[in-house]
Amino acid sequence: MASATTPPETGELKIVKDATCTFCGCVCDDIDLSVQDNQIVKAQRACVLGKAWFLNHDIEDRPSCLIEGQPATLEEGYDRAAQILTGGRYPIIYGLSDSPCEAQRVAVGIADWIDGTIDTTTSVCHGPSGMAVQGVGEVTCTLGEVMNRGDLIMFWGSNPAESHPRHFTRYSLMPKGMFTPNGRKDRTCVIVDVRKTKSAKAADHFIQIKPRRDFEALWTLRALVNGVELEADEVGRQTGVELAVWQDLAERMKSCRFGVVFFGMGLTMTRGKHCNTEALLALTRDLNAHTRFVAKPNRGHGNVTGADNVVAWRTGYSFGVNHARGYPRFNPGEYTTSDVLARGEADSAMMIACDPMANFSEPARAHLRKIPYVALDAKETPTTRSAAVAFTVATYGINTGGTVYRLDDVPIPLRPAFPSPHPSDQEVLTQIERRVRAIKGIRGQ
Amino acid sequence: MSTPFILIPGRTSKQGCGISEGKYGDNYQQEINTLQVAAADMQRLGLESGDRVRLTSEHGQAEASVAAAKKDELPEGVLFIAYGDVSSRLMGADTHGSGMPTSKGLDVEIEKLPANTN
Amino acid sequence: MADSLLKIAGGTIYDPANGVSGQVADLWVSGGRIVAPPTDPEVRPSRVIDASGLVVMPGGIDMHCHIAGPKVNIARKMRPEEKRRDEVIPRTTVTHSGTMGSVPSTFATGYKYAGLGYTTAFDAAIPPLAARHAHEEFDDTPCLDKGFYLLMGNNHYVMRSIQENEPQKLDTFIAWLLSSAKGFAPKLVNPGGVEVWKTRQGGNVHGLDDLVDYFEVTPRQIIAQVAQSAGRLNLPHPVHIHCNNLGMPGNWTTTLETMKALEGHRGHLTHIQFHSYGGGEGDENTFNSKVTELAEYVNTHENITIDVGQVLFGETTSMTGDGPLGYFLSNVYGGKWFSGDTEMESGCGITPIKYKNKSLVHGLQWAIGLEWYLQVEDPWRVVMSTDHPNGGSFLAYPQIVRFLMDRTYRQDVLKTCHPRIRDRSSLADLDREYTLEEIAIITRAGPARILGLKNKGHLGVGADADITIYTPHENKETMFELPRMVFKSGNLIVEQGEMREAPMGRTLHVQPNYDNELEKDIQEWFESYYSIRYRNYPVSESYMHEPEVVPSN
Repeated sequence: MASATTPPETGELKIVKDATCTFCGCVCDDIDLSVQDNQIVKAQRACVLGKAWFLNHDIEDRPSCLIEGQPATLEEGYDRAAQILTGGRYPIIYGLSDSPCEAQRVAVGIADWIDGTIDTTTSVCHGPSGMAVQGVGEVTCTLGEVMNRGDLIMFWGSNPAESHPRHFTRYSLMPKGMFTPNGRKDRTCVIVDVRKTKSAKAADHFIQIKPRRDFEALWTLRALVNGVELEADEVGRQTGVELAVWQDLAERMKSCRFGVVFFGMGLTMTRGKHCNTEALLALTRDLNAHTRFVAKPNRGHGNVTGADNVVAWRTGYSFGVNHARGYPRFNPGEYTTSDVLARGEADSAMMIACDPMANFSEPARAHLRKIPYVALDAKETPTTRSAAVAFTVATYGINTGGTVYRLDDVPIPLRPAFPSPHPSDQEVLTQIERRVRAIKGIRGQ
Repeated sequence: MSTPFILIPGRTSKQGCGISEGKYGDNYQQEINTLQVAAADMQRLGLESGDRVRLTSEHGQAEASVAAAKKDELPEGVLFIAYGDVSSRLMGADTHGSGMPTSKGLDVEIEKLPANTN
Repeated sequence: MADSLLKIAGGTIYDPANGVSGQVADLWVSGGRIVAPPTDPEVRPSRVIDASGLVVMPGGIDMHCHIAGPKVNIARKMRPEEKRRDEVIPRTTVTHSGTMGSVPSTFATGYKYAGLGYTTAFDAAIPPLAARHAHEEFDDTPCLDKGFYLLMGNNHYVMRSIQENEPQKLDTFIAWLLSSAKGFAPKLVNPGGVEVWKTRQGGNVHGLDDLVDYFEVTPRQIIAQVAQSAGRLNLPHPVHIHCNNLGMPGNWTTTLETMKALEGHRGHLTHIQFHSYGGGEGDENTFNSKVTELAEYVNTHENITIDVGQVLFGETTSMTGDGPLGYFLSNVYGGKWFSGDTEMESGCGITPIKYKNKSLVHGLQWAIGLEWYLQVEDPWRVVMSTDHPNGGSFLAYPQIVRFLMDRTYRQDVLKTCHPRIRDRSSLADLDREYTLEEIAIITRAGPARILGLKNKGHLGVGADADITIYTPHENKETMFELPRMVFKSGNLIVEQGEMREAPMGRTLHVQPNYDNELEKDIQEWFESYYSIRYRNYPVSESYMHEPEVVPSN
């Protein structure tokens, strides 16, 4: 049995400085951890989500491997996983946003060897934003630029007060920077949303639009920035906000020195999806004829940005990649996991650090329940419970090192706090890959 | 009798903390099963915090407890719930060629359930 | 296979660094290096390759390309459309699958370079903050030894040290930055101009003596001071310069001034084709070649080396650390545009472009590139490049070889271009043809020398056994596009276009010493302005596959 053996307790207090929190896309790398007996007892500078992340990830008292719900050795698990992945006609590998790049690279390799589909939680996060970039491009910057230069900070369909709690204080609103020496006083904050979120309290101006009218609102701004005259009644009817408010905002956007608009899943998950984000990216581009203006998606999971990068450099596409013909093809809606499952196409799967059994539509969940799949997670989830093979893995950034990409594509190293008796996802994937290569007769690396 | 609303599922910090604490823990389960309703809508529907409601969309049904939204957080006619099993049950599978099912701004009908219908 | 002994027998060898030009000889390889022939007649090779009738050269070196890191990867993400139409790279039992387009995926990049007989490549523009990303991609780019240049021409600390006249701080910073990021050389991209672009709408500098906002330094000062600092640090490749005003009519004077600003210090001017234009500001009708004037300066100043940045006709992706240039090009072409500013360090611009032979400007760009190869007298100071993918793909190198070795072919293509090119450039009058030895210089021996790589670009004892064997052919494009065999560190990796194995290759970087006391000043500055922690900035060796420190001169 692969039951975890916990390292002995010594009572010694260890401090890990400049540790990196991998819970959300902010990837704050300034956390000082106090570690005692294989548990983090204090996470200095961490936000509420970070504290919950660091303080609740102790050593899970569960077997490292379960096959059909029964404890099994890791070796048995690796063998069975490789059989599942090579036994199907349409295998899909999904998740990856809570794994370090080192593990993501192995997962993409497996997908290649098994002629499988590789997709990440990007497809149900900012996948539509990635599609928008393919349409119009993107004008953007790293978070330090926002900190040092940003004097108009906007959030659209994003609620960092709940989802990225240190966003305001560490990166976007409060910090004093090179050209913003007075911090918050040097910035204006505008928030656009369909509800008055907790974040809205931080705004100087809050604009509440009608639900599902983001595209119309963004197109209104594009028109105003480009000097197109609009009918006031129509604008009010379409967006739920008076034309004068949009005119004021458009002027503010054109006349700031360095504007930034962070956007969230309020755009990507709502009717319009990539059309919404494309409108926002086009608006930002237009604004660069008047001033400097950038846009930035507020990515959610710790290393979802890394997943985009790894999948892109290995295959040429950032998510939803199918290898059925022996080479990568990309088509959102066709090779994206939610669709592949809901249409009943996949016949085997591997779910890495993700929880489709909780987050996917009912048709997708129903199909996943029917097919054999492998799951890797540090915690027990609805997805690990229904898996044919479930691995309990060490937690990245707490037990294991590696690299994660912050929401602005800045790669940051991890400083693990204490070892786990469970294998890392990189280790599990490497072992599975070794077996897959043997089965498929692959000699390459 | 049911009333049409627009449902916005989203992240909350409690839901986020709940993921780390464990999805089978009380905090997470409570957060993803609690529907926030504007005070005026609560009044109109005769709801009180803790009441159970049934939500029905084109794609499915789910039940949740209601809580009054804070002050002016929600406009009338708009509901909020933290992402989770309930919101997923109401979501359709069609992604309109994007990979992303429409997961926010869902048309739902809300119906108060008699007490003890857990 | 450290004990194995390989003999490449009877090949016609071109090894210009060792004065070998077309002599028939044997090569002996062991432990990944060229070794002396065994003196003991009992010693037999474990493998013999019969190279009689074949041409043997060192592996090719691309000293300026864009193959890894953030801008390359964004271009991959942004351009699915070109991959659909292009060749596919299916997986085999020894290789990964991949995609092409103007920006191939990492594995495909390695296989395709190897397929052309190239075994070393340098990415030319990595923001230090993203160095870790570049190293990660390198670790998935097989068949090549790799390194990168670090963007420094708009770095705030660099500009501040120059403004405050603190050369010691500048030396310390450049050494610290190269060591921290595990980079190979300082790179200047539109020095000063990118910072102005970050500061204001449409911002840029337009000449060597424009002042950079806030820092109050000039491009001329940045160029001169960094070149001098690199000299003091004895860096193997002191400074790699993308001049100001890239692509603008009349920019040749800026280029000439940049050469002068070096004040005799070593400097490499990259993709010089894009910087050799006469003509009035914004007036396409006056656009013309100024290669003759600039080449004369290069010919008489040994401190200067160049690579060309040849343009080829067709569609590609422009990608640059020159943010304002990206903005300019996106307005010219009207396609999608990516711009990314990196805090304290650099910018980035990406947009799809298409070079058309019927366009006067594009045709001239093509002709100007060829003029450069033909007008620099010393082949050791001009290097073949397309600035992949900016002027075109590295896959065009065999075609460029043919342009250089076959003036009839060159003139035939010129005839298909816009007729006025003949009046605006001297290409039609140039009848020089390159020899195989000269090709070996501009694709191998020269770049190795310019980069300070003592084990590369030659086939002498002790050299890395990176070897390419070609089948001679009258059509030099045919000869160079499909090598008979390619060896990487002594291993046969490609045979007539078939991948045999795909080893990962080494990472080449420098590790200059610096003053630890002065590092405190860097740390203080860093902690005031960066969004990541100082301790999380340096890249550890764990990111590198077989790191090799290239020593200072």
